Amino acid sequence: MSAQRIGRLVWVGWVFRLKEMSRSGLFVFTSIIEPLIFATLTYYLFTAGSKPGTVLYSALGAGMMGIWSTTLFASGGAIQWQRWQGTLELLVAAPPPFLLVVFPLTLGSATIGIYSLTATLLWERLLYGLPFDPVHPLLFAISVPSLILGLGTLGLVIASGFVLYRNANALSNMLEFPVWLVTGVIVPLSLLPGWASKIGWVLSPTWGFRAVRNSVFGGPVWPSIGMCLGLSLVYVFVAGYFTGIFERRARERATLSLT
Amino acid sequence: MTNLRIFTIGGLLSYRALFNWIHPAQYIPTMLLGPLFQILFFTYLGRFAGAESDSFFVIGNAIQICAMSAVFGMALTVGGERWTQTLSSLLATPANRAALFLGRALPNIANGVMISVFGFVVGWLLLDFDPPASAVPSLAALIVLTTASCSAFGLLVGALGIRFRDVFMIANPAYFLMLLFCGVNVPLDRLPGWMATVGSCLPLTHGIAAAREVAAGASLGSVDSLIVKEALVGTVYFAVAYGLLKFFEIESRRRATLETM
Repeated sequence: MSAQRIGRLVWVGWVFRLKEMSRSGLFVFTSIIEPLIFATLTYYLFTAGSKPGTVLYSALGAGMMGIWSTTLFASGGAIQWQRWQGTLELLVAAPPPFLLVVFPLTLGSATIGIYSLTATLLWERLLYGLPFDPVHPLLFAISVPSLILGLGTLGLVIASGFVLYRNANALSNMLEFPVWLVTGVIVPLSLLPGWASKIGWVLSPTWGFRAVRNSVFGGPVWPSIGMCLGLSLVYVFVAGYFTGIFERRARERATLSLT
Repeated sequence: MTNLRIFTIGGLLSYRALFNWIHPAQYIPTMLLGPLFQILFFTYLGRFAGAESDSFFVIGNAIQICAMSAVFGMALTVGGERWTQTLSSLLATPANRAALFLGRALPNIANGVMISVFGFVVGWLLLDFDPPASAVPSLAALIVLTTASCSAFGLLVGALGIRFRDVFMIANPAYFLMLLFCGVNVPLDRLPGWMATVGSCLPLTHGIAAAREVAAGASLGSVDSLIVKEALVGTVYFAVAYGLLKFFEIESRRRATLETM
């Protein structure tokens, strides 16, 4: 496939996914209401504590947690819904590589997570009247898309598992809290046992979250962006490898349409 | 006799038919590991915030996770029937509705209790939570009561599932709002007055408060007012849920919307 056709496929798939998800009440809830609940909860938890965090820290953390939730549920769901609707076989049989068909779906899912960040920052602005004033506004504008890309490619790896395993959605139900923990999205990694924080090192969201947080509160941003994008590239290769294997096995076992 | 059969066998059969999470490949990640990580997350968040002890978060979350079964499970007793397009067949039967839906609640209550117990055990194993052995029977009784009360609330969510197309649009916010309003992670006295008032009208709130006192060494008798409140809240939710089930069933027949997806 030419680069132009790949670009067109990704663009059309991404736009379609954004439109599709924006009309889903469940995802509007996951990406907007749930982060607002968590922003409020963490705010009161911090105020109840002896070490109160700022409203902005709660808002930013909850917003980024929301981006992960949306990516997690929608990336796996992207395959599962196709399966339920009987269109997964058609997508697998389509001429473009399956990886290229799925990538815009997971990227679109991560992009919807922007709603989360917007919602929690608006919550901070409207309820507490505090301005959103990042230390590095330009780097903030760069780090957010990097985070989205990092999550989108991680979603691609997750989605590849759904091709073969019908029960893979159980993983979606399980992975929300642990990834919040090991990526240090709101709880510093230094509080976790050493082995747990090391898991976060190979997860792109760890670096993406760090880049966004440092761009807002100050600190080095570029190294984190670099790590996030580097890991994203690795994920693409990993997802490509696994998708190829899983796709072939699913065809051999004739399990693509089984719900 | 027929009602007893509907209550027991019907409830068990519907549970086996509707819930794919009874398979270990689904049950372990969804019902055990997910809640386990929830407990760990909030305990570590609490440590970071310097708010309350590990025990506070373990008790709050270990009881709240019963809602995985009590709220989502009960919501799916209606939502699942709609999804598999068997809701109209079910409601066309002359079966006693109280036996029908209470029978469906029983396996969910049992499952919710198991999840909660698991939460307490992992909290004891992994975190700084060490209640006196004498408190364990009282804690067990409180878990059963709170799960039953939460299931009544779940039945209300399920009833709304007859009227609304996507029951998860109600169940998801309900589950997460409980984390905020029921004193699970933030003491009620640190919430604004209106939030504390809402929390006191929800299941879990009084059960969690009672469990915290019991784990701190209080006797079951000394928290009787909290127990009565929790039981009362559950009873009221059950009555409202039952009324709504009847009302929405009649309305859905009239409007022919039982199978609307």
